[in-house]
Amino acid sequence: MEITSHWRIKKQRYSLVGEECPHCSAKIFPPRDICPECGDEAKDHYQFSGRGEVYSYTTLYNAPAGYEEQAPYTVAMVQLEEGPLVTAQLTDIDVKEPEVGMPVEMVTRKLGSEGDRGILIYGYKFRPVLETA
Amino acid sequence: MRSVSVVGIGQLPVEKASNLSLRQLGGEAVRRAMEDAGVDRVDALFASNMLADEIQGQKHIAALIAEEANLFGVEALQARAAMAGGAAAIRVAFLSVASGEADLAIAVGVEKMSEGVATPALSKALDAAREVPDGATMISKNAELKRMYLDRYNVPEDGLVNFPVVAHDHARSNPFALYKKAISPGEVQSSRVVHAPLRLFECSPICDGAAAVVLAPSEQARAYNPNPVQILASSVVTDRFCIDDREDPLQLEAAHHSSYDAYRKANINREDIHLFEVHDAFSIMACLQLEAAGFAEPGQGWLLAVEDEIRLQGQIPITTMGGLKARGHPIGATGLYQVCEIVLQLTGRAGENQVRNAEIGMMQSVGGAATTVLTHIFGV
Repeated sequence: MEITSHWRIKKQRYSLVGEECPHCSAKIFPPRDICPECGDEAKDHYQFSGRGEVYSYTTLYNAPAGYEEQAPYTVAMVQLEEGPLVTAQLTDIDVKEPEVGMPVEMVTRKLGSEGDRGILIYGYKFRPVLETA
Repeated sequence: MRSVSVVGIGQLPVEKASNLSLRQLGGEAVRRAMEDAGVDRVDALFASNMLADEIQGQKHIAALIAEEANLFGVEALQARAAMAGGAAAIRVAFLSVASGEADLAIAVGVEKMSEGVATPALSKALDAAREVPDGATMISKNAELKRMYLDRYNVPEDGLVNFPVVAHDHARSNPFALYKKAISPGEVQSSRVVHAPLRLFECSPICDGAAAVVLAPSEQARAYNPNPVQILASSVVTDRFCIDDREDPLQLEAAHHSSYDAYRKANINREDIHLFEVHDAFSIMACLQLEAAGFAEPGQGWLLAVEDEIRLQGQIPITTMGGLKARGHPIGATGLYQVCEIVLQLTGRAGENQVRNAEIGMMQSVGGAATTVLTHIFGV
């Protein structure tokens, strides 16, 4: 993607900002300005909590171009506690094997770079919820 | 709208790496189909190809193939629907003849994947702003679906193993198939893990191929071919683009609605179908299609494979000439191979793989992560 495309979606990628439908209260992620539930205009920003659970996941051993240095890595569908599913990598799972239903929380991480001299791309990943002492 | 029939088919053997160029592959498939129909001219050509602009740096495929086949001056357009492009070309050719715009149309599909790296190009059928930046690929989305399926329905780890085993059995006597050898359940389960829990032998191969069909109005069909096969239904339905946005990712809504729309258009019941060419790019996709089309309840599709009901003599034979797994999945050409195989089945020319008394056959093609699904039903 071009730099402008990354800029346009930085709020959702850096801090999980989506939308809430003013008509039917559906929580929308990623934002699309039209409610997928009721079809009405929905532009009110909504800050997602970043908490959710693993809905499904897979570990990639042969990574696509641009992701080789991260391989093997684990991609998951995470169900946010507000409802929507998002595709994201799991991180910090070296201590805990992922499983369906595992509670996770959002963190901001480097996702990759576009070549040696290209921009660094940051965005959300999810990690197991840390146990509090 | 006029009734439309298939009056000619042409296939090239699917190969790991063909000696022919993209242009030659497409041209040869067209020539074979036209020879089968006994024609040296068509009014229109509709071409399918997914990856040439990525792998060969070649766009404008339809005009390229038309020229290679010496069809100067004909209408030539490309139809695209990600991995379901072959079926999209069939649909456009069908509509062209049905409407009266063309009296003879050819649908051709060609793919030459051996000259480049396919996986990133295939992943472009996902959402480039959402799924791809997170490192997801078309394969990883299918791996997630398989994990969900095993987990939700308590399916054993080897529950889907018969899908590739049966596909390979059926490919053995298909001269156009890539893999003409049987594989055992043990070989599938001990094959390399590609993206857990998906194993290599559950994935269709990277390959080269081309196939084509000639369509004519049914009332003129016997002038070209003594054994025409009628297109009873053509349907295309789309789902929410991303799996993430679907109410239940394991319910393939597009496949479901496309199937039932096709049953209605063909004026048949699901029970009337004698064979079903599924889009088994991954075993889990074949399983979910059987459920979406009504052949099994949700969570029960894998049992059809376990109980051998997907073999030639079973309740619903699938992948009767090898399917995407063993005949091969040269993406843009795949839908055309499916039609050619159904035509062979319905005209009693499927050899050792003949489904007895086959009169109605269905094919389904899947674009993206079950985002666009086309269903076609054929009958004699």
